[in-house]
Amino acid sequence: MTATDAIVIGGGIHGCCTAINLALRGMRPIVLEKNTVGRHASGVNAGGVRQLMRHTAEVPLSIAAMDKWERLDDLLGPELAKNCEFIGGVGQIGIAESEAEMEWCRARVAEMRSLGYEFEEVIDAAELRRLVPAAADICRGGIISRRDGHANPFRTTQSFRSRAEQLGVRVMERTRVTGLEKGDGGWTVATDNGAFKADVVVNCGGAWAWQVAAMVGEHFPKTHFASTLMVTSRMPHFIDPVVIGIDRVLSFKQTEAGTVVIGGGILGDPDLDAETADTVADRMVVSAQTVYEFFPILRRATIVRSWAGLEALMPDVIPVIGPSRVAPNLWHAFGFSGHGFQLGPIVGSVIADLVADGKCAIPIAAFSPTRFTLDGKLPSPAH
Amino acid sequence: MTDATRPNCELAIVGGGPAGMAAAALAAELGVETVLFDEQPTPGGQVYRNIEANSRTRDALRDILGADYAKGLALAEHFRSSGAVYEPLSAVWQVSAGGKLGVSQNGKAYLTKARRVILATGAMERPFPIPGWTLPGVMGAGAAQTLMKASGVVPDRPTIVAGSGPLAYLVAFQLMKAGTPLNGIIDTSEKSVFGAGLAAIPLLSGFAGDLFKGLSWIAALRKMRVPILKGRKLAAEGVSRVEAVSFESGGRRQRLPASILLLHEGVIPNNQITASLRCKHVWDMAQMAWRPHTDEWGATSLDLVAVAGDGAGIGGSRAAVHRGRLAALDAACRLGRISRGERDERARPERRALQREAPFRTFLDRIYRPAEAVRRPLEDTVVCRCEEVTAGELRALVGEGFTDINQLKSFSRCGMGQCQGRMCGSTVAGILAESLATDMESVGYYRLRLPVKPLPVALLAELGNADSGSRPSLQVVEGDPSQRI
Repeated sequence: MTATDAIVIGGGIHGCCTAINLALRGMRPIVLEKNTVGRHASGVNAGGVRQLMRHTAEVPLSIAAMDKWERLDDLLGPELAKNCEFIGGVGQIGIAESEAEMEWCRARVAEMRSLGYEFEEVIDAAELRRLVPAAADICRGGIISRRDGHANPFRTTQSFRSRAEQLGVRVMERTRVTGLEKGDGGWTVATDNGAFKADVVVNCGGAWAWQVAAMVGEHFPKTHFASTLMVTSRMPHFIDPVVIGIDRVLSFKQTEAGTVVIGGGILGDPDLDAETADTVADRMVVSAQTVYEFFPILRRATIVRSWAGLEALMPDVIPVIGPSRVAPNLWHAFGFSGHGFQLGPIVGSVIADLVADGKCAIPIAAFSPTRFTLDGKLPSPAH
Repeated sequence: MTDATRPNCELAIVGGGPAGMAAAALAAELGVETVLFDEQPTPGGQVYRNIEANSRTRDALRDILGADYAKGLALAEHFRSSGAVYEPLSAVWQVSAGGKLGVSQNGKAYLTKARRVILATGAMERPFPIPGWTLPGVMGAGAAQTLMKASGVVPDRPTIVAGSGPLAYLVAFQLMKAGTPLNGIIDTSEKSVFGAGLAAIPLLSGFAGDLFKGLSWIAALRKMRVPILKGRKLAAEGVSRVEAVSFESGGRRQRLPASILLLHEGVIPNNQITASLRCKHVWDMAQMAWRPHTDEWGATSLDLVAVAGDGAGIGGSRAAVHRGRLAALDAACRLGRISRGERDERARPERRALQREAPFRTFLDRIYRPAEAVRRPLEDTVVCRCEEVTAGELRALVGEGFTDINQLKSFSRCGMGQCQGRMCGSTVAGILAESLATDMESVGYYRLRLPVKPLPVALLAELGNADSGSRPSLQVVEGDPSQRI
């Protein structure tokens, strides 16, 4: 039996960042990861660092995260920060192709202004063309968040892991949690690689987090999905911003290597038990059509790879962040529903604040586990 | 050919080499609606590449390529006259577990659903990562032979063949006959046909002919005064292209000038599709290669999919014919055309023929173990050619704590390039296994997904037969783009 003060279940970016922040507060956390660090959503997402078009409940968290991204050196040290391959300030743009989409952009920016957020702007066709010369004539303009950018998700997650280890965190890979029990002396965490004891447990289990919660009789939606990405061979540099669709399924960016990563919510076939997912050609067609129509230069591109990452999906598309409803000293941070990567540098610090102080400065009430019924349903879907 | 909207086929065969042609011909004869997809314009695969044209028109080339090559014509003719549908110039870029094939052909792509699939994707040359192997002028000996078969082109500049395995000597012999100036052959095999290999002679009764052929190539090369040297620790040298090959022989470093260096360390199963299907694979210790786990009919761990020929483990072109027929018999049985009894009855002569082939294969595996460079590339040697990742960089990553081949890929980009990992997968796995002091089965292989052949965006955008009922994306909150995943 290994005893420590905190156990983090899940070696994704949120688990590693939580461990960093707990360690910075003087704790000695152990991260338990059933596969390898960054194996699922954290390592295989599209790498978008996006504030643009977020759910309004997530905006304060996302802004705080952006500050962290822009000062990764402070969090990780220069070498590990460089390894993240973060490129900020190139902007993310939602491209409008119809007047209805332009109208939506204007309404969205007006709503954001009314909430006090200035970072989204409507851009016209000329500004779009200036920023993205490769865009086709059918693109009329759109909505932009200029601070946004992208990073290398696998390398970023590894940097977070390495930083945690520098701070004395033990990261145990291939260590699968099989039981979670509360006793007088704190939590006992059973795994297939020995048992652990700790005062505090943080559940960062991603698509499998509901299984961890169920071990203590706490229920969440079991919904999950596999988001597909396809990648082209290297192309000459032709675009800086990350581009997403508004009504159309699209997200795309050109990486440092020159490859173009195309995604945006194309569904793969997830297999939660086998812990993998397949990509499905039929469903990739629409994305191929969209990039092809928006960016004629991609007509010459060749797709060399595709993959799909497994991820938790909450019915209201926002994460679960907060204390367990049934057991003290158990905290949840999961369910990022396909857009948790940008929040990577902040959620761990929120959790550390909650663990140490019982409160945090950033509003997170919307993410409370209490929004679900005890049997894991969302009472009134947030339309 | 070609109905580019073919929605279904009963039996799809991928690959038009000996296994594919034999399987297609027999399946069609047994009444199975069979479609054979192949990338080349004419049947034959790599071993019988361009067999029809070369047999009929190019007398000199036919003579150079020899009698074994000529045997492919009968197979091709049999296939052509069978009722099997032939789809040439067709790249299969996906096979799904449900039997859905993605095919691209003549600038169009479409999906077709098969009730059964036989993969006859054959072999590829084993990657041979020596220093300088990425220099222009260095290529596979098998690739050089393919050029000769396909277009009658042979090197006309000073050439060296280096490596081991029967194909290395065959190619050298053929090139010599075709007039290529051969500066030498560097044999990297640790055992020799004349030495330890002779201990396997009891295995070889009935194969005097094959053994004799191999020895006769060597004798002919010697007669033409082509130097044949034992060598290890090869390096291709040159600035903008290969100028020489250096190697260790007789305890000292030697150097031979060459404008063309043809490398060969045997062939390995081309298992890209079975790997993408997550079929069970085994590491074949004797052949030092991955192969899909198959039963006696070539059936894989997936219900709908079988593998025939070298793709299921290297057995050579003669064995491939019988393995193709066995897979076809099993397919015909599963598809209700013949009974189990008939299948088993018809299988007997094929199995007897395969048993006759087995000892020679064992002999070849035994003497032609891949060179050390394949198993243990030097630190500075590029392992992943597409992304230029060296063995040293990969070992350093393992030293930093990576324990999974897909972590190495994600971090270093090895295996992410245009070749889709074909040229580095087994080498990277070997480096990881050695560094962790574990076996290849524990290390596994790259996670592969479609496309298993590069697929132009334009073709995917206009994909025929895509299932429009398949929900393409998740709109969690319809009509509100801000509530997106």
